Amino acid sequence: METVERKFTLQVPSSTENLALIREFVSSAATQAGFDEKEVAKLELAVDEACANVIEHAYGHDVNKEVIVRARLDEQEFSIDIEDTGKGFVPADVNQEELEQLISKRKTGGLGMRLMKTLMDEVRYEIEPGKKNALHMSKRLKKTDNG
Amino acid sequence: MPNPFSVTTDSEDDFAVIRLDGAVDAHTAPEFEEAVQKVIDDGQNNIVVDCAKLTYISSAGLGVFMGFVEEVRDAGGDIKICGLSEKVKQPFEILGFETLFHFCPDVEQAKEKFGEPTDWEAAY
Repeated sequence: METVERKFTLQVPSSTENLALIREFVSSAATQAGFDEKEVAKLELAVDEACANVIEHAYGHDVNKEVIVRARLDEQEFSIDIEDTGKGFVPADVNQEELEQLISKRKTGGLGMRLMKTLMDEVRYEIEPGKKNALHMSKRLKKTDNG
Repeated sequence: MPNPFSVTTDSEDDFAVIRLDGAVDAHTAPEFEEAVQKVIDDGQNNIVVDCAKLTYISSAGLGVFMGFVEEVRDAGGDIKICGLSEKVKQPFEILGFETLFHFCPDVEQAKEKFGEPTDWEAAY
């Protein structure tokens, strides 16, 4: 059976002001893919967290930079690629302490990555410092009827 | 793209109620943070955050709760969270907030929770 693939791309200035627009973009694409409201909310949150990290950490709030979000849909899954050319990082070094320890130390770092990993089926980073950083995330579409 | 968000504070004798309306993300979380800081600066450590009109929250907003809760508990108060819809509650649940915060259906029930014993101290 032939797989129908649809691709959508959003390119916006690197500002947290645009996070609402990014969520709207993801919501529209995911709804079109057939995800229900609760699943759409998870996808919006995962992409918001990823883009907020790019805007704040990779680009340091430099609005002259751009955040590129590519969404790809087919019958099986919804995948998202987010690319930046900013400061890279080592994913394994991101704080993954328990909530109690974070509160005790008055730290909040690492929550976004924890959410992404829980919300999505796949989260994969490709970091090339100074060249290109790419985050790939995907979520399988659950068939609820005859599919 | 508008990102409608507002935060209002009602101060009473024994409590401050901070009401969130709209989406709390990395863009709007600083406004929420300022509101909590102002309440604490004014000497109030019994804080209810009313989320009945909250449509969305990301880790930036969750971090505000985490950043202040120990400070207010050290001062004998607490932050109670109320009015969350099932959809908006998801990130709180994923990160385990229910083991460290009281969740209440509405503001009145949240107020009644102050003074009740908690086992937060054992948690961290």
